[in-house]
Amino acid sequence: MATAETTTQTTAQFSKSLGRLYAIYTGSFLAFVIFIAIIEQLGVPNRFLGYLFVFFTLAVYGVIGVATRTAEVSEYYVAGRRVPAFYNGMATGADWMSAASFVGMAGSLFLFGYDGLAWVLGWTGGFVLVSILVGPYLRKFGAYTVPDFLAFRYGGNFARFLGVIVLVCCSFTYVTAQIYGTGLIASRFLGMQFEVAVFVGLVGILMCAMLGGMKAVTWTQIAQYIVLIVAYLVPIVILSTKKYGVPIPELTYGFAIQDITAREQQLVKDGLAVLCTSANCGPGTLKPHIQPFMNYTPLNFFGIIFCMMVGTASLPHILMRYFTTPSVREARQSVAWSLLFIFLLYFSAPAYAAFSKLEVYTNIIGRNVETIRPWLFTWGELGLIQICGKAAPSLDAVIAACKAIPGHAGIIRFQDFVINTDVIVLSTPEIAGLPYVISGLVAAGGLAAALSTADGLLLAIANALSHDIYYKMIQPLRPAGRSTVILLMLAAIVAAVVWFLPGPGPYGIAMRWWVLGLGFLPPLTVLPFWGKMNDVEKRLLVARILLLYVAATSAALASTRPSDILAMVGWAFSLAMAGNFPAITMGIWWKRTTTTGAICGIIAGWGLCLFYLVVSRYFPQFGVTYAGMSSLLNPETGKALVNVAQVMADPKWLADVPASAANPMANRVGWFDLNNINCGLLGMPLGFLVIYVVSLMGTPPSKEMQDLIDEIRKPRGKTILEGRN
Amino acid sequence: MQKANDEVHWKRTTNLMLMHLGVWVFFGYIIHMFVGTLNKFTVPVLGFPLGFYMAAQGSLIVFVVMLFLFARQQDKLDREHGVAEDD
Repeated sequence: MATAETTTQTTAQFSKSLGRLYAIYTGSFLAFVIFIAIIEQLGVPNRFLGYLFVFFTLAVYGVIGVATRTAEVSEYYVAGRRVPAFYNGMATGADWMSAASFVGMAGSLFLFGYDGLAWVLGWTGGFVLVSILVGPYLRKFGAYTVPDFLAFRYGGNFARFLGVIVLVCCSFTYVTAQIYGTGLIASRFLGMQFEVAVFVGLVGILMCAMLGGMKAVTWTQIAQYIVLIVAYLVPIVILSTKKYGVPIPELTYGFAIQDITAREQQLVKDGLAVLCTSANCGPGTLKPHIQPFMNYTPLNFFGIIFCMMVGTASLPHILMRYFTTPSVREARQSVAWSLLFIFLLYFSAPAYAAFSKLEVYTNIIGRNVETIRPWLFTWGELGLIQICGKAAPSLDAVIAACKAIPGHAGIIRFQDFVINTDVIVLSTPEIAGLPYVISGLVAAGGLAAALSTADGLLLAIANALSHDIYYKMIQPLRPAGRSTVILLMLAAIVAAVVWFLPGPGPYGIAMRWWVLGLGFLPPLTVLPFWGKMNDVEKRLLVARILLLYVAATSAALASTRPSDILAMVGWAFSLAMAGNFPAITMGIWWKRTTTTGAICGIIAGWGLCLFYLVVSRYFPQFGVTYAGMSSLLNPETGKALVNVAQVMADPKWLADVPASAANPMANRVGWFDLNNINCGLLGMPLGFLVIYVVSLMGTPPSKEMQDLIDEIRKPRGKTILEGRN
Repeated sequence: MQKANDEVHWKRTTNLMLMHLGVWVFFGYIIHMFVGTLNKFTVPVLGFPLGFYMAAQGSLIVFVVMLFLFARQQDKLDREHGVAEDD
């Protein structure tokens, strides 16, 4: 890929040679898919095809990662700032689209109908804010990380430290969800144990990010984008061609939606489904696909759109992608390309949902139990599809389960059928009756989506720790202070390991000593060479070791299966929005913003968001008693979701602190009927208000600072950091 | 002279930003508040209910077009005031 001699090439030549390389790459990938299709026809078993897909793609990413390794600081942090707009757009697309987008989104649309579109809108419109408010200005500033900007604009290391805390908090929440997704896909298609699969995925991630930092991640993300978009579009294009004769599913699914609506009315008329109405909207009732605001109240629907959009413009791993373009102009173009590449997947997701729903409504619900099509049983075996209240591994089991329900006529009713939403995308090839090679392709695509996002996030965390904490805050200290800080941090890590790792259990107490021993191995290995290294080598080494730690910690967390990926991702966006957005935008757009104002604003806004989230999820009893929280309401009937008085009287739940996922009040209490995914909606306005008021109370920033802000606003000239050094 | 030029440049940049922000608010939120009314209409040929279509595709297409347009407009503005980067 991009080797050292490319620095002398012009941008146009560089772009052209990149085009040639990636064209060859795409061609070979398609050839590989065709090759697998051929050997499948020759009778090679499916399991083997799955392995080939996963290991071939992982190997390619690994080769790119190793080939683009680097020992230069600017290459490591911002890919040398010479990624052309078009390619940066592709890399951002892969960075952006995660396992939640690839596997989860179509499932949410299947389940929520129109209301699921809040996620589609929220995860696209935010790029408008990135381009007009934030991205190009940060590029002109010339930072390596987002906290870099906060530190410069708000006078020093306290603002930097706050920026790092916000960054680590939201990125870590997000990356855990990605590694979980990697484990899920690897375990399903390779038949590995989930806990093992998580660590296999981890190796794939580290291969790309460890050696080459941002440079390697950029060139692998482009490769991953190509795999994931091909994998997402192929099955549904074939399905659309088969069904409607037009290979553009995004245009043909309008007819599927009409059919779904007609079929819904038919089911209700035939007594096979109960319509959700304002009198009764309990579980198992049918919510029409195109009917709005049946799953989210209008406030929460628009709240999700707003929080996801503003969160997009605040997430460090996305903003830092625009630090890598050659110019401010290209940063803006690059945002447009990013959204185009993301749009390709997002406007196809509703088509997946519609085709699957039509299949379920016509060929399963309202049919005799004995006529169920066999694709369903492979997922029923895994417990992901349930019919008549039981998992559906085979025809006989389904018939037996339905017979057990008194008065069941042998016709499957709406409430008899339950599907795990992750199945929607993964099962489409089987619904369409396509060969296994397409299923393998989809698995490779899902893996690419999860890996590329995890790479970007891990890099953002490790960069903040190595650049902001180590290089900017610890290294400048006097030796005595430096040792004290490092010793304190080590003590904290040891305490955390001892505290969190379960003592008794399958691995026993020895697990702690293994983890601690292995954890100290990397620093001990490099200790003999440390004295001989120059500063650049030390910085990069610290960055790599920290990357290793962050990755291992999040994999350990992911292997404990924290529940509900979509909610975790939503929290990350809200936290980023409440912490970063007011301080960054006001720093650029309002010269009067002072250091004290920004610091108070970050603490207040982010603090409120975090408080709302943690209390409503983990300490609902506290929220009800001391913070005036009450139950959220059902969007259709307006009734309370949970009887708070009854739960509070039950000693079993009162003792459940922090609240478990089974606690009926967890995530179901709050203020103003606001879902805790939308906690940014409380935090961000408070942040803006506090920054505004406190800034006006203090003295305006210095003339020098105001002149520098003028410089950020003009694309021409050197970046601010270059001008200063 | 230079200062006056910079101020006009920033004022026009701000106006451009506000204009795009307005379009963003309209297609991100306001239009979807009328989803019930819009769903009474059908997109010709394709057969989507209009309210559903706007949230699933219409607004997204507007956002993409808007971003390419903004990149061009802002670049033109920068060039007119002599603050654009060299090609």
